[in-house]
Amino acid sequence: MSILEVEGMDAHHGLLHAVRGVSLSVARGETLALVGANGAGKTTLLRTIAGSHPATLGRILYDGTDVTSLPAYLRVRRGITLVPEGRRLFPDLTLEENLLVAGRTGRKGDWNVERLYKTFPMLARLRKKRAATLSGGEQQATAIGRALMTNPGVLLIDEASLGLAPVAVDLIYESLAAVVATGMTLVLVEQDVGRALGVASHVACMLEGRIVLEGPAAKVTREQVVDAYFGLGAATPA
Amino acid sequence: MIWVNQIVQGVLLGGFYALLATGLSLMFGVMRIINLAHGDLAVVGAFLVWWLHDRGLSVGVSLVIMLPVLALVGVVLQRVLLERSLRAGVLMPLLTTFGLAIVIQNLLFEKFGADIRSVDIGSLAFDGWRVTDQIYVGKLPVLIFGVALALLGALQFFLSRLPLGRAMRATAQDPETAELVGINARGVYLCAAAIAVATAGLAGAFLAMRATFDAYAGPTLLIFAFEAVVIGRIGSLWGTLVGGVSIGVAQTIGAQLNPQWSILAGHLVFLAVLAARLTVSGVWARGGFKAAVGIRS
Repeated sequence: MSILEVEGMDAHHGLLHAVRGVSLSVARGETLALVGANGAGKTTLLRTIAGSHPATLGRILYDGTDVTSLPAYLRVRRGITLVPEGRRLFPDLTLEENLLVAGRTGRKGDWNVERLYKTFPMLARLRKKRAATLSGGEQQATAIGRALMTNPGVLLIDEASLGLAPVAVDLIYESLAAVVATGMTLVLVEQDVGRALGVASHVACMLEGRIVLEGPAAKVTREQVVDAYFGLGAATPA
Repeated sequence: MIWVNQIVQGVLLGGFYALLATGLSLMFGVMRIINLAHGDLAVVGAFLVWWLHDRGLSVGVSLVIMLPVLALVGVVLQRVLLERSLRAGVLMPLLTTFGLAIVIQNLLFEKFGADIRSVDIGSLAFDGWRVTDQIYVGKLPVLIFGVALALLGALQFFLSRLPLGRAMRATAQDPETAELVGINARGVYLCAAAIAVATAGLAGAFLAMRATFDAYAGPTLLIFAFEAVVIGRIGSLWGTLVGGVSIGVAQTIGAQLNPQWSILAGHLVFLAVLAARLTVSGVWARGGFKAAVGIRS
């Protein structure tokens, strides 16, 4: 059964119709990679699912219950957590405080500070540093760790590799693979199609606010994704 | 020795100003609201304690009743007025709290008239301890200073160690992301408003004990609080104490030089500190006035 379901969702930025009639469903334990060009509506879609952005139409179901009208913090308590684009750590809090502040929401689960330091060993020795002084890769790992502290049922990650050095990206994706191995359900927005296909079990490609290609990663060829990415018409809309 | 005495008295007076400034600083630090009605809310606290005391309750009981009432006033203000005006941008709360200040002043005038009042606390008003032959400290100023220290310490502990305090700091830095990690930002704001207005009321109650007040006493209090916050840099709790003490000492030393210079000396110290910060090289590149008052851009 799907843990997250989006039905016919629209979202706007003022007059800009950023997300148009998107429907998708994510099964428990699945890793869905959401790819697409800049401005395709991926970030808006994730933010709308997380509750940071209002949906103008459609429904969002988590574990079968409608969460469309819930504010973001209540969706977190249900189990939807977003790692926002650009990390958005609390700059004046220490790394560990960033984790702790997310860990008080009360959703039961087995993620805690100690377990995080095992999954992301690079973070343990930085725990007392102010978040603003961390490197990009360290910040991204902290942001993912902070989201895990809420014990999400589905984890949405927006542009995990954006602006990071290739070495840092490797580290982040190693950690993500470890998170996937725990059975976590992931929705991953990524510009780097190769990276995305590497970890994902499913792929959805967005173009101008719509999902134009969707399927299991094994059945979707790289060429199909590239065609859908640029809207070359070879791909048939899902 | 007379100067040492004036400095001691000034430091104790500074505790009162710090108490007055704490809520103003907290509200700006957490919600980016400059509450121009802060001084008037303090006067509301003063009137409430005076009124309860006048009904025959002891000063202590009056204080214990006043604090939660003022906290509730903060919650209602936040929900009904500030939260809405904040949605219209940072300038709107400035206008609404300015209007609120006028409304409070006139309501108090309507109800209590133009009389100047004070809460009678018996001999505590003039009792003191002898430190040396030339230096006596009043019990009430020491009490107020102690309460200010305790309050700032408690707030510091709350913000740095307790989960809700941590959530408050996170929300102050980035409310949208705070929601994304499960924090109810609106709830945190309500809590901050409750603390801020209750501490204003506490400062007002001490004003009512140590001096006199009337319906229009708020704006003067606001200016002192504001100067203390700016000297101490916005958002820094212990800075607020330093700011309050700076103004207190300036006032008592000014008064020693010439009784008419007391208030003026406090304002001059504030202006001097601001001017000094604005002439430090590179300050304009780091945000100019914002950097000088302690706002991170």
